[in-house]
Amino acid sequence: MSAETQAPEQRSDEEIIASIGAYEYGWHDSDEAGASAQRGLNEDVVRNISALKKEPEWMLNQRLKALRLFGKKPMPSWGSDLSGIDFDKIKYFVRSTEKQASSWEELPEDIKATYDKLGIPEAEKQRLVAGVAAQYESEVVYHQIREDLEEQGVIFVDTDTGLRDYPELFQEYFGTVIPSGDNKFAALNSAVWSGGSFVYVPPGVHVEIPLQAYFRINTENMGQFERTLIIADEGSYVHYVEGCTAPIYSSDSLHSAVVEIVVKKNARVRYTTIQNWSNNVYNLVTKRATAAEGATMEWVDGNIGSKVTMKYPAIYLLGEHARGETLSIAFAGEGQHQDAGAKMVHAAPNTSSSIVSKSVARGGGRTSYRGLVQVLEGASHSASNVLCDALLVDQISRSDTYPYVDVREDDVSMGHEATVSRVSEDQLFYLMSRGMEETEAMAMIVRGFVEPIARELPMEYALELNRLIELQMEGSVG
Amino acid sequence: MPTLEIRDLHVSVETKEGPKPILRGVDLTIASGETHAIMGPNGSGKSTLASALAGHPKYTVTSGTVTLDGEDLLAMTVDERARAGLFLAMQYPVEVSGVSVANFLRTAKTAIDGQAPALRTWGKEVRGAMENLRMDTSFAERSVNEGFSGGEKKRHEILQMELFKPRFAILDETDSGLDVDALRIVSEGVNRAKDNTDVGVLLITHYTRILRYIKPDFVHVFVDGKIAEEGGPELADRLEEEGYDKYLGAGAVSA
Repeated sequence: MSAETQAPEQRSDEEIIASIGAYEYGWHDSDEAGASAQRGLNEDVVRNISALKKEPEWMLNQRLKALRLFGKKPMPSWGSDLSGIDFDKIKYFVRSTEKQASSWEELPEDIKATYDKLGIPEAEKQRLVAGVAAQYESEVVYHQIREDLEEQGVIFVDTDTGLRDYPELFQEYFGTVIPSGDNKFAALNSAVWSGGSFVYVPPGVHVEIPLQAYFRINTENMGQFERTLIIADEGSYVHYVEGCTAPIYSSDSLHSAVVEIVVKKNARVRYTTIQNWSNNVYNLVTKRATAAEGATMEWVDGNIGSKVTMKYPAIYLLGEHARGETLSIAFAGEGQHQDAGAKMVHAAPNTSSSIVSKSVARGGGRTSYRGLVQVLEGASHSASNVLCDALLVDQISRSDTYPYVDVREDDVSMGHEATVSRVSEDQLFYLMSRGMEETEAMAMIVRGFVEPIARELPMEYALELNRLIELQMEGSVG
Repeated sequence: MPTLEIRDLHVSVETKEGPKPILRGVDLTIASGETHAIMGPNGSGKSTLASALAGHPKYTVTSGTVTLDGEDLLAMTVDERARAGLFLAMQYPVEVSGVSVANFLRTAKTAIDGQAPALRTWGKEVRGAMENLRMDTSFAERSVNEGFSGGEKKRHEILQMELFKPRFAILDETDSGLDVDALRIVSEGVNRAKDNTDVGVLLITHYTRILRYIKPDFVHVFVDGKIAEEGGPELADRLEEEGYDKYLGAGAVSA
């Protein structure tokens, strides 16, 4: 599959037809590091990762403890079908380059070419982002942050560097939001984690332009286990954006990240994901944030790619007047199951949360909304609102809603609204009677459906999302 | 001169009980610049004619021909008919959530013309046409037909007629649900389009009152799926006084 796709207006009908269902990021580079990597998981693999990274003993011990928990924890019996995952076949650690680069030129040629194709250096050059982290296989291969942010004390490094250079801060927060034993995949990540971002924003500092991370899997049967830890100190603000792609292989890869976020008093963090893994990636991610008094946490979560995604970003509202918001979009095409949602835990009075979920299924794909809103005893005067809308583009696709609510306090306000709709014959007729071809009409309806969330995305991601919708829709009509 | 020619058109609609014949042999020829009014009682098949000409999938043409400028209209898909110059102002326009009127108009104009309208003049043209129809500029940012009042929906349909400049326009009960002021504003829009573009108009209505504003050249009375009588504007005046009773035989009253 070529990555050098031409601009849509230059493509002939034949080329457009040929690209139906195509995934644009499906190429892979030469793969020497991956080819020689060990498969399967045992204590030696974990010790080896820790030794390669010259980690302190506490981290090794934590990894080994997590490995034991991973062995004990059952596979989730709910959600998606995970029976295709073979833990013995996965490569748990692949080192693609010896040294992290701080200029794109220092990278090995093929890795640099990959990021060029993805347009990452260009975005940095245009100053659309304030810092860039690029992870290739298990490690972050490129890292850069704007000088002025560094001067203000903002830390934005890869997580391995975070552990090495900021040991006290790191140990204070690592694993506190998501303990190793939280679930089987959090345990797996805690045992073999590598890469990810470590972010600290000092009190009162506002990072106005997003920090950007880009995750790429190249080798076959790769397991990518990045670990991200973000600490927003009192009154600060940061927007972190991540994107992900992988090549198309005939056998599956596993992406199992853990993201922990600590939002301190009156701080605000927005975390945006556009997940566009190829359709052979199991994407099983645990994301959780804590919000202190007056703090705001926002997850903006777009799931377009992957074979299976199970992801429910959570916010624990721990301080009074804390606010949590999750906006999510999911697309499921042929062979895909997006089981996504959100979790809000109200643990203090006067906290508020909002979940808006939009999903689109086509070509026999399946979307599930799975959400939990919990109001603990004492969290009086809390308010929560859930809105989930599903759109089915054809008759063979499927959508389910699993909303769970657990309220232990009387004086709360709860709202829940769910809809499932189909693209109607009359809608298509209306747009086509205005000259639009069926594909174009369908894409317009779908774009309109996700618009309330697309407008929350950074501009270049909103454009990317629109383009992906059009690609998806080209395969949807006869 | 471009013409829309309908010959011996038979159309069925899909129902749960199977296909049900509605149109039973319609003959009609509309030339550019002409305005034809189709009048008739409820259930006579007027709106079926409109939907079938535009190509709605619920309706099946069982026999007959329709040509636009000699081209076989019935062989074209819905979007091809629009690009060939046919426009249908719908009786019940549907909502398209999250798509702004501005975006919709530009996309449709681009599709119909085969090229994007010139940026400099298009915005001005849209604003001017909206002003003429007494539509507030904030209208452009609203989602297509979402939360529109009946009158706003009809104005939006006529706005499209003015901007897309079709060769033939079918107005399907555009007057229904409009108060006197809105009826006048919408009618003025149709008359502007007629003056500016020489569009041929097929005006479908139950009542005669819209014909006080839009003068028809020909009037056709539609009964039981075909044309029962034809004449000039004077036929509308007669219908105003007499109603449709004389066309409805004892056996057809229940239809």
